[in-house]
Amino acid sequence: MANLVTDDDRRTRLPRLSPARGTKPGWWQNPKVMPFLLVAPAVFFELLVHIVPMVAGVVMAFYHLTVYTIRNWSNAPFAGLANFRVSVDISGPVGRGLLDSFLVTVPYTLLVLAFSWVIATAAAVFLSVEFKGRSLLRSLFLLPYALPAFVGIMTWTFMFQKDSGAINHLLVDDLHVLHSGPFWLIGSHAFWAMVVTSVWKTWPFAFIMLLAAVQGVPDELYEAAVMDGAGMVRQFWSITLPQIRQTNLIVVLIVGIGTFNDFNTPFVMFGSAPPKSAEPISMYIYSNAFGQWNFGLGSAMSVLLLVFLAIISFVYLRSTRTGTEAVDA
Amino acid sequence: MRETTAGRWVRRVALTLIGIFTLLPVLIILDTSVKPLSEVQNTFSWVPKHITLDAYVQMWQTVPLAHYFLNSIIVSVCSAAISVVLATLGAYAVSRFAFAGRRLFSFAVLSTQMFPGILFLLPLYLIFINLQRYLGVPLSGSLFGLIITYLTFALPFSIWMLIGFFDTIPRELEEAALVDGTTRWGALWRIVLPVARPGIIAVAIFAYMTAWGEVLFASVLTTESTRTLAIGLQEYATRDVTDWNQIMAASVVVSVPVVAGFLAVQRFLIRGLTAGAVK
Repeated sequence: MANLVTDDDRRTRLPRLSPARGTKPGWWQNPKVMPFLLVAPAVFFELLVHIVPMVAGVVMAFYHLTVYTIRNWSNAPFAGLANFRVSVDISGPVGRGLLDSFLVTVPYTLLVLAFSWVIATAAAVFLSVEFKGRSLLRSLFLLPYALPAFVGIMTWTFMFQKDSGAINHLLVDDLHVLHSGPFWLIGSHAFWAMVVTSVWKTWPFAFIMLLAAVQGVPDELYEAAVMDGAGMVRQFWSITLPQIRQTNLIVVLIVGIGTFNDFNTPFVMFGSAPPKSAEPISMYIYSNAFGQWNFGLGSAMSVLLLVFLAIISFVYLRSTRTGTEAVDA
Repeated sequence: MRETTAGRWVRRVALTLIGIFTLLPVLIILDTSVKPLSEVQNTFSWVPKHITLDAYVQMWQTVPLAHYFLNSIIVSVCSAAISVVLATLGAYAVSRFAFAGRRLFSFAVLSTQMFPGILFLLPLYLIFINLQRYLGVPLSGSLFGLIITYLTFALPFSIWMLIGFFDTIPRELEEAALVDGTTRWGALWRIVLPVARPGIIAVAIFAYMTAWGEVLFASVLTTESTRTLAIGLQEYATRDVTDWNQIMAASVVVSVPVVAGFLAVQRFLIRGLTAGAVK
């Protein structure tokens, strides 16, 4: 018996990709099936929360979807391009408001981006040098990122209070820069209060990304530069900046889009009715959709926002990519 | 960079200024939380004249903070737990299998990160309302709907980060186990997961932080009884008298769980965040 080698025995002696002892692997462990089963739950929820609503949002933009038709979409009258026309008609109040909020969002984004980038780069460069207390400082710098966004924003709101706030106390009583403290959260000042708050909570993210990039710059490059007599400023412009270019491009894109869509800062600072100077575009869409219960109009504006961001991102990626190739060549 | 003596002083000045800007609000939170209300309403002072823990006691009565706390914990824990499982499975598939749609999957998941929240908030709200009507499952205004929403917010980053983690684990480990008769599933469970544990914990805490701090969707998808801390904390400010000392005391209590979690895993989180951007 023992010397009879059957087919079955031979099969069991082959390298067993499938479990030999005990049960055969189920169909779900077939390498042709398994990856799809593994991604299926993630795909399901992505579809439910992102993709399907996105498509629905585009469809909604073509309907007069208001508080009367919200519970029964099929009754909503088709609007054609009417919602879009209202959104971009700058002689009407809605279009005018959208343009105004756009004109708040653009400088807001550029300022937050610029300040965050400068602070983050400075911190990354200075923390890439070895010194005592460096890792403690790095952790402390990340606190605004770790704190819940609404906590940071509420704290700044408190600090910007006219009489009981820290900012006016600092400017008037400690530094004597101003004679009397202004209202920071009303009128055109509100814009600057929002910028400062946003920079505070945005720069640590840029810092995380840039620190890793700065630390990745090979030391030999600096050594060679020092031999050639380059000072620190020269080393920064000629070595550090070109070396971290790739990370810079990504940071600018992520922070730029994030700030352009920022809703938290104005909403937590001012509630649902911010001063005009501090009403960026996502806040304006929000109050049009949920304040006026006009979902068709809100969707049309959202679609315009998405198209705008897609075009900007595309142009940005295109122009910077050709730049990279030129540098590489 | 090679530092000169002048450079050292520039560094010290710059880091000090950045440090003041960054830490000032944090100090004010702590400082204000131990002041009595009368002192908070008057002109600001850096050092409290009287130190009291009254705010930490009163804040539970002023708004139903404990209730919001519980809501936030339920929502954050559930969405973090589910999202970690989904991200692990998805990332394992991308890291270990060649399948049709693999690149599309990773790209599509990442690009949802870039969409403005406001864009899918309106339709999602309407979809929830209508699903509710036809299926009888409460979605809008329920914690369940919030959990479903939040779990997808952390997915892109989590999947991205875990792919990076799994890619660093040698395939030979699993192949050896497969030869020994383990199933694919067993290999994932007993070999890959233990090795990737730091990454998985970091991803879980990231998902927890995301849910804990979200404002926009919480402002629409919750009602009075399902309100989370992100919205509930603003109630202090809508009263006749704003009890800033209580807001700051509540901020301390609300921040401790996430900040502690973040500090515990910051090394892994930073590695994950920067892995894609830094070549």
